[in-house]
Amino acid sequence: MEPILQIKHLTHTYGIGTPFQRSAVEDVSFDVREGEFLGIIGHTGSGKSTLIQHLNGLLRPTSGQVLLAGKDIWAEPKKIRDVRFRVGLVFQYPEYQLFEETVYKDIAFGPTNMGRTGAELDRCVREAARLVGIRDDQLDKSPFELSGGQKRRVALAGVLAMEPDVLILDEPTAGLDPAGRENLMANIRDYHRNKQKTILLVSHSMDEIARNADRILVLKGSHILMSGAPGEVFARGAELLAAGLDVPQITRIAMALKARGLPIDPAVYTVEALERQLLALRKGGAAC
Amino acid sequence: MLKDITLGQYFPGNTIAHRLDPRTKILLVVLYIVALFCAKGIVTYALLAACLAICVRISHVGLRQLVRGLKPVLFIMIFTGILNLFFTPGTRYVVEWGFLRISDTGLYNAVFMVLRIMLLIMGTFLMTYTTSPISLTDGLERLLNWMKRFRVPVHELAMMMSIALRFIPTLIEETDKIMSAQKARGADFESGNLVQKAKAMIPILVPLFISAFRRADELATAMECRCYHGGEGRTRLHVLRYAPRDIIALCLGGAITVGVVVLSRFGL
Repeated sequence: MEPILQIKHLTHTYGIGTPFQRSAVEDVSFDVREGEFLGIIGHTGSGKSTLIQHLNGLLRPTSGQVLLAGKDIWAEPKKIRDVRFRVGLVFQYPEYQLFEETVYKDIAFGPTNMGRTGAELDRCVREAARLVGIRDDQLDKSPFELSGGQKRRVALAGVLAMEPDVLILDEPTAGLDPAGRENLMANIRDYHRNKQKTILLVSHSMDEIARNADRILVLKGSHILMSGAPGEVFARGAELLAAGLDVPQITRIAMALKARGLPIDPAVYTVEALERQLLALRKGGAAC
Repeated sequence: MLKDITLGQYFPGNTIAHRLDPRTKILLVVLYIVALFCAKGIVTYALLAACLAICVRISHVGLRQLVRGLKPVLFIMIFTGILNLFFTPGTRYVVEWGFLRISDTGLYNAVFMVLRIMLLIMGTFLMTYTTSPISLTDGLERLLNWMKRFRVPVHELAMMMSIALRFIPTLIEETDKIMSAQKARGADFESGNLVQKAKAMIPILVPLFISAFRRADELATAMECRCYHGGEGRTRLHVLRYAPRDIIALCLGGAITVGVVVLSRFGL
């Protein structure tokens, strides 16, 4: 099947012709398959934010192409808005962009821009609110009365209500407390499982990515450093650490155990997988 | 697109134009403006233009940057030019085109008016290009110190000004972010008539105001945590002192201004 998003030799250079000229993304190519949960990880300044803003046409590539379902999104610049409805982008700290009088109206902003009205509009607003765990009685409140975590849910619902084919989340859990974090990620996981929609998750937290993503893209210095299934990526844990990136806690424990001489495969990233290995080791009678 | 705004953007450097006391530079700009408004003829304008050219040369500020500063006032310049060109009565008419008539004085006035605005803007921009906003407000505060006797809150005004200047780039960045976020939800800022365009600004303005208030609140708390309580008894890390070069510059500026005033008496 054809990938839903294809990024081909994408380069974006800021400030061309000024002394501040700088490439934020350089010759980056990758595909996103339909229904996939892709994690993108990288340092601040590795070009993550610039990259994702190309995927819904907020930025225009200096060179290279972005194909959505096989079609160049800039083929018709006038229709770029349609691309933004199909590729939903939730920015970092999205709660700062709420503006309407009620939660309901704010969630309805996107679908209204799409031209939805009446029952259709009501359905997608309520469904989006339900997906992120906003109760019906909260819909008539002012978004500014809600707590930080709830505001973020409302902002997320504002993008989900457009029912995009691809959902891009830029650090959705930044600044939330651990419970809020886990809660929000559970919502996102449920959404992915039930709707079978494609998700791109940008995060700083390796654990968060490891637990959720089917495939991981590691960016460093405006290039792709590695990409692959979590197991493949974390098998190169030493390289990740050398690049100044983190590995999941469990991987780090496995790496430390291996360094102490235990015959352990360090490419694990879940508690269960490590547990299985350790139990197998014990049964095998190796010296612990 | 928002990043193109240059509002007194400072270009760091270490030329004599940068090292002059900010008070000197403010006074020189005031003198320059006085001289500009006194200037009447080709000689005085040429003199003032030459002064500016020399200062620009000394300061290493690119001419392109200086000209870019004129963009926001382009409309005013054109407007004044046209008004003066067509609506100044004169003795002799150079062009007569139905009701549109250009008199010789009109032509003369238009050219000098536009030149005056250009020099005025470029002169002030040169000051802001070579002086950091902080030292500029510092200089302004010191210059207006005598007004404290008349209970003018000089320190508070200077503080407000430096905070405002400090937050311009922050708020521009914020606006950019909010615009992108709303565009991602299909907001359309380009098409539609004036009313629709004004309405399209609401999704930007509301979050921007809220974030500005939030920032103000945070800043106030941070200032209070560091025991800020106004200008009373406050000492400075960098105390402004006039150096010999400041006195020379001021004398030179004064002399030129007097020269221009005298020359313009003779209609030059």
